[in-house]
Amino acid sequence: MPVKTLTINGQLVSAREGETILEAARDAGIRIPTLCYLPGLSAHGGCRLCLVEISGSSRLQPACVTKVVEGMEVQTHTERLNAYRRMIVELLFAEGNHVCGVCVANGNCELQDLAAEVGMDHDRFEYLHPNRGLDASHDRFGIDHNRCVLCTRCVRVCDEVEGAHTWDVAGRGANSRVITDLNQPWGESATCTSCGKCFLACPTGAIFRQGSTVAETVRDRSKLEFLVRAREERQWHV
Amino acid sequence: MELAELLAIGERERSSRRPVQINCCIAAGCLSAGSEAVQRSLNDSVKAAGLQERAQVCGVGCLRLCSRGPLVRIEPEGDLYERVTPEQAPGIVAALTGGHADAQRGDPDSPFFRRQVSVVLENCGRIEPERIESYIAAGGYQALFRALHEMTPTQVIDAVSRSGLRGRGGAGYPTGVKWSMVAKAPGPRKFVVCNADEGDPGAFMNRSELESDPHRVLEGMAIAGYAVGAEQGYVYIRGEYPQAIHRLQVALRQANRLGLLGGHVFDSPFAFRIDLRIGAGAFVCGEETALMASIEGRRGTPRPRPPYPAEAGLWGCPTLINNVETFANIPGIIRRGPEWFAAFGTEKSKGTKVFSLTGKVRHAGLVEVPMGTTLRTIVEEIGGGSADGTPIKAVQTGGPSGGCIPAWLFDTPVDYESLTQLGSIMGSGGLIVMDEQTSMVDVARFYMEFCMDESCGKCVPCRAGTVQLHRLLTKIIQRRAQADDLRRLEELCDLVRHASLCGLGQTAPNPVLSTLRYFRHEYEALLARPEV
Ligand SMILES: Cc1cc2nc3c(=O)[nH]c(=O)nc-3n(C[C@H](O)[C@H](O)[C@H](O)COP(=O)(O)O)c2cc1C
Ligand code: SF4
Ligand code: SF4
Ligand code: FES
Repeated sequence: MPVKTLTINGQLVSAREGETILEAARDAGIRIPTLCYLPGLSAHGGCRLCLVEISGSSRLQPACVTKVVEGMEVQTHTERLNAYRRMIVELLFAEGNHVCGVCVANGNCELQDLAAEVGMDHDRFEYLHPNRGLDASHDRFGIDHNRCVLCTRCVRVCDEVEGAHTWDVAGRGANSRVITDLNQPWGESATCTSCGKCFLACPTGAIFRQGSTVAETVRDRSKLEFLVRAREERQWHV
Repeated sequence: MELAELLAIGERERSSRRPVQINCCIAAGCLSAGSEAVQRSLNDSVKAAGLQERAQVCGVGCLRLCSRGPLVRIEPEGDLYERVTPEQAPGIVAALTGGHADAQRGDPDSPFFRRQVSVVLENCGRIEPERIESYIAAGGYQALFRALHEMTPTQVIDAVSRSGLRGRGGAGYPTGVKWSMVAKAPGPRKFVVCNADEGDPGAFMNRSELESDPHRVLEGMAIAGYAVGAEQGYVYIRGEYPQAIHRLQVALRQANRLGLLGGHVFDSPFAFRIDLRIGAGAFVCGEETALMASIEGRRGTPRPRPPYPAEAGLWGCPTLINNVETFANIPGIIRRGPEWFAAFGTEKSKGTKVFSLTGKVRHAGLVEVPMGTTLRTIVEEIGGGSADGTPIKAVQTGGPSGGCIPAWLFDTPVDYESLTQLGSIMGSGGLIVMDEQTSMVDVARFYMEFCMDESCGKCVPCRAGTVQLHRLLTKIIQRRAQADDLRRLEELCDLVRHASLCGLGQTAPNPVLSTLRYFRHEYEALLARPEV
């Protein structure tokens, strides 16, 4: 398999052809913040946290979708990128109701971790305090739309791994929502198999297990990784 | 169909024409002012006066001075009547035989008409858009015949490249380069897409072009299909344009029936089918990747590029996507030659550009001028300056992706580079004139509200950033903001511009940035005084 060499933050890195900058960086032990990215799912390119600078290109590029090119020089943590990332996380916190102290995912939330990672000590933007509603009609899971960051991981995992396509996005702009089936209550969904993959994929406390209370959410992501790897490596034959 | 047959259709059309044509505008602007009834009344009046042998009433496309509609123009004399009512029709007909017309007369020799140059709009207001014979009589479909029978696809692309034509959808990408990329891209199937989504507030160039001369766009698309090796084309047009959709449907039926589109175009091995796809009114669906997702039946959201449509577009196949006006330029380039086209315009921006001139200007309407014409010529000569005498302050170009150019820079020539340098863009051709009574902060907020409402919501900087920008602008307008907020406004503009996924977010801050650049004092004057 042809190998490409590139530099990330001045460090020489080799990558397989067709790999993304994000994959190459992770293999080399360089962490780039991400939110909408989840290994095994198609890339979305929506959260913009993984933007990196590439020499010779005036545009910032998302590391999760940009393929490596021989000789590429990538910077992942310039002052400008750090400032942008912090602002993006602030925008996310201001957009929803992320009150960690009363959230099921407290201590086990990627948004919370990102806030710490980008050094967000306060939010410079006005909180919008949306009232987007909550759906607890499903007997095993629920969704609090006020905690949703619209990463669409639930949509993609349900479509691409489970094959049910229960979830989709409706509305646009700030009114976007993830919906089940044709915007029916989740509990009435004819397609949902109750497999719980959306719960495993969700980075925040938006999708939760019924009956869990503050800081009780535990997600076993290794289950998803197991499924994805098994499928990619064709470990099961039907 | 042979060339001789085509020419015969044109000849028949010309010889059956009455000596006098009473051209009544039936494009959307005049239609909404009641031109349908005017046309009917003109028809009745011609009959009543027994003039059927001398004169005929034709429903034509845009006569350009939309603010004075319904418009009626007598050819070949050129007499122009404005704001015509059905009751005035008998008088207009009587005037043909020396009678008196009580309708308001316009001046066909005014700078509004004299300073314009017709290339894309050469048939606009002259032919009947719902009759293919009328287009053929004006030389229509000869370029397609030439391309198919006298040129190789490479020669067609070469001609388009040499013409210097650049995309009229906003970014000004060289059309020849795009065509050759699609032609070279490997793939068993390719597509041609015409972008007729035209969503900028105040823009109506593409609508007028389609309503006035739909066959020209179809001919341009067919030539493109031949050049890049596509057999299928789509026109993606917004549902808010029912008249343009209707005329396209009529035009497609006519062209298919005559064998100018469909199985064997001009009896050659080349097949090209065109279908319409109707948009549901999302601005973002004008963005090429969102548009193609919408054609495929998916949610209309952009995706990261590369891959560009030329490599992987509709259903993953190489796809050529151009604006309506870009395609409308093609038949002229093929028929008259790339050198003829390149003689118009400036060194880097060739040809002409169609603008929709609106706002606080005396003559509003459809305007075509050579690239490089100054804003002053467009606003003051063609537009006739301020509508009510209030001094003009600025002109907005490029819609929500563009910016405001202050009156003291009106000597700037209109071309892609100059406008970008001023912090605006050419865009698709909307020109909105603003006078001294307009607050530039209000203008900035108006466009930000538009972007906020039209953001697809896929990426965070645009979805959440435009909401916060809109809040900050509101805070400034309500005099609640302080210097700190102004700084935050600029920082956030920087983020949204550089971190958003698609052009909508990337250009959404432009109206704010350009008004900050030229009218910063208006922002500062609104800041709340810090407590002492
Ligand atoms: C938000 C957004 C809206 C757009 N709307 C239009 C449109 O209405 N019509 C159009 O031709 N191009 C539009 N574009 C540009 C298209 O993406 C594309 O560049 C264009 O159709 C290419 O055609 P051209 O090369 O002939 O200019 C839009 C781009 C963005 C980012
Ligand atoms: S519910 Fe969770 S996984 Fe789904 S879009 Fe919202 S945050 Fe992402
Ligand atoms: S920039 Fe705006 S419109 Fe474009 S993808 Fe992002 S949210 Fe959607
Ligand atoms: S992780 Fe790349 S854009 Fe979200």
